Amino acid sequence: MSKRQASSSAVAQGFSSEPLFALIGNPNSGKTTIFNALTGLRQKVANYPGVTVEKKIGECISQHGKRLQIIDLPGAYSLNARSPDEAVLRDVLLGRRADTPRPDRVICIVDAANLERNLYLMTQVLELGLPTILVLNMMDVAEDKHWRINVEKLSGILGIPVIPMQANSGRGLIELKVAMSRTDVPVPQWQSPPVPEAIRAELSRSRDALAQVGAVSADAKLMEPLYLISDHDPSHYGIASSHLDRIFECRKGLERAFPGWEDELVNARYAAVSSLCKEVLHRPQEDGRTLTDRLDGIFLHPVWGIISLFMVLGLLFYLMFSVAEGPMKMIEALFGGLGGWLQGHMGEGDLRDLLVKGVIKGVGGVVIFLPQIMILFFFIGMMEDTGYMARIAFIMDRLMSTVGLNGKSFLPILSSHSCAVPAIMATRTIESPKDRLITILVSPLAVCSARVPVYILLIAATVSVTAVPTLTKVGFMLGLYFLGLSGVFFFAWLFNKCVMRGVNSPMILEMPSYKRPALKSILLHMWERVTLFLKRAGTVILGLSILIWFASTYPKTPGATPDQQLANSFAGQAGHFIEPAIKPLGYDWKIGIGLISSFAAREVFVGTMGIVYAVDESEDEKNIQPIRERLRDERWPDGRRVYTPLVCLSLMVFYAFAMQCMSTLAVVRRETNSWKWPLFQLGYMTSTAYLLALLVYQVGTLLGF
Amino acid sequence: MVAPLKLSELPAGQSGVISHIPTGRSALTRLREMGLVPGTRVTIIRRAPLGEPIEISVHGSRLAMRNHEAAFIELAAAP
Repeated sequence: MSKRQASSSAVAQGFSSEPLFALIGNPNSGKTTIFNALTGLRQKVANYPGVTVEKKIGECISQHGKRLQIIDLPGAYSLNARSPDEAVLRDVLLGRRADTPRPDRVICIVDAANLERNLYLMTQVLELGLPTILVLNMMDVAEDKHWRINVEKLSGILGIPVIPMQANSGRGLIELKVAMSRTDVPVPQWQSPPVPEAIRAELSRSRDALAQVGAVSADAKLMEPLYLISDHDPSHYGIASSHLDRIFECRKGLERAFPGWEDELVNARYAAVSSLCKEVLHRPQEDGRTLTDRLDGIFLHPVWGIISLFMVLGLLFYLMFSVAEGPMKMIEALFGGLGGWLQGHMGEGDLRDLLVKGVIKGVGGVVIFLPQIMILFFFIGMMEDTGYMARIAFIMDRLMSTVGLNGKSFLPILSSHSCAVPAIMATRTIESPKDRLITILVSPLAVCSARVPVYILLIAATVSVTAVPTLTKVGFMLGLYFLGLSGVFFFAWLFNKCVMRGVNSPMILEMPSYKRPALKSILLHMWERVTLFLKRAGTVILGLSILIWFASTYPKTPGATPDQQLANSFAGQAGHFIEPAIKPLGYDWKIGIGLISSFAAREVFVGTMGIVYAVDESEDEKNIQPIRERLRDERWPDGRRVYTPLVCLSLMVFYAFAMQCMSTLAVVRRETNSWKWPLFQLGYMTSTAYLLALLVYQVGTLLGF
Repeated sequence: MVAPLKLSELPAGQSGVISHIPTGRSALTRLREMGLVPGTRVTIIRRAPLGEPIEISVHGSRLAMRNHEAAFIELAAAP
């Protein structure tokens, strides 16, 4: 503890040159927009250790040309934490984190159109006694509701500067910078609401007990231990396990001294906030019909609401499937061209092969995701910023609750039908850690675009072209989509029931007012996602690409044709090796090579089968005619056909469930911060795939297909 | 004695004043922290198309919750 104090006081001494401001506020208060407006690209994003809570630190230049440091703390409703996000806010403000200095000053952002609830958190923060600036954001929305806030009076009562703002249009930003540039930001004069004597006495005892073990600092204010005692975060993030016993004891003490103390304190605080609002807020008896009411009349309407939801989602799918295709083709062509150029300019050899087929293919395989990631995150940014995202969650919540998830899981699961990689990155919008993890685990079961070429090939090989109408093929495809979605819902239900028991966190969803999106902030956020993906997932994908290239290239067979070379490589040997295991599924060792190599990415199966069967490899995936013909002729040594309709069906079922995508695994590793969950995912998906494919083939054989 | 009206039973468009919320339950404490303290007026704005969740207005802010939580919140008639 003494070390922490030393480091924070060192910062305090040095702050005449570079003070550290903390940005705090409720979710949806426009905090991140203000942070982005102040710092622009001068910001760094990292994770707090052990959790996926983001730590954002940025810099801005004061009116006097001095550098100011700003830390954007996670949005929270209360210092009584219920999630790692809120625990980070609490611990940074209390100076309890060794990796983050205690801020010297606080910028508290409140939604002016939602004053009472936002002031609740503010009063908790004011009591900590740090110099504070209060920002009343979204003044335009408050004005739309005909609310009048007496800014001067509020500033007088609290004893701190109060700045009206409309962050998405930049109004009030200069005034905030001026206030931040002052050398003497005042300490608030706010007094805690009166606490019943029984609670006060017990809190005082708790403070001493917790200070003794170093859970709070020796000079902690009376309310500080409270925020540890009323920690409701199931993981107790940020609290040393050695302190937990002492904290639980204090909790029991309070419970004994004053049953219902926690709720009593909330009531007392709201009473104080209400009387403050009576002084400074003038509002009409009944709130008039606002823009939000009018828009919700459409977007949440039982008929129009669902139609508009389908239209919005249709647009998203159009963007992700069609618009992304152009840039993806360009990226493919670019890397293809680069590979071709190297092929022409380097002498034949392993190094050239490594560069062309390992490195360039690997890097290309990473970059190819960028158009979809950018589109999805731009879209999500727009929907979050305008407030529409909460409406999607509202409409879909009932449906998702049947499998134990909530409405916020809907969008990631839907977008995983395009690609699981951006979908898993998008699960950050789900606050409940359990729901988020389950969504991550089940998302890759949805039919992503990489499965489509595999399915098209297998469907074509299953049904003969001449006799079967197109409708049957479409029916097959729809059936596969349905299979994928059933997998998503079944496993979500299963994980919710069995693997991750424990209390479901309640679904409490704020429905923010609609507002104009802040484009700059959205683009910054999108850029941040892209760089994080490239840095964290990209490296893993590249590494695995090289590994798979190595396995299918070595050992070399001199003078062999490509198909013989592949058959003798490590991958080919592995195909032979796993043949006993996959024979009950109806597969031979050549299919085994396809399964192994498509671990990199599902669509690789098509190309690999092309090499295995020594078919002229066609770059155009749509042109699968020759491979299909070849598949039909493929025989077992005893003359039976390998690709019977039943084997194709078994393969389709296998691909529907198997975790054949290292990019997804890399992203899951990054988003869950451990290898435990990607490995679990690999295990459960691949074993399900194996068992179901086995079932299909064996039952089908018994039935005589 | 008439059983008290629960927030989950209130029809859309109607208001009530919170008369009682059980103490000591984590989820309900969070609802209190979001402004649902006894004595506060709440209005049901709408129900989602499938009957759940419900959207309420409290202190001018809008919150959605499921019937499960709303069933704990008891109301008196709005003044």
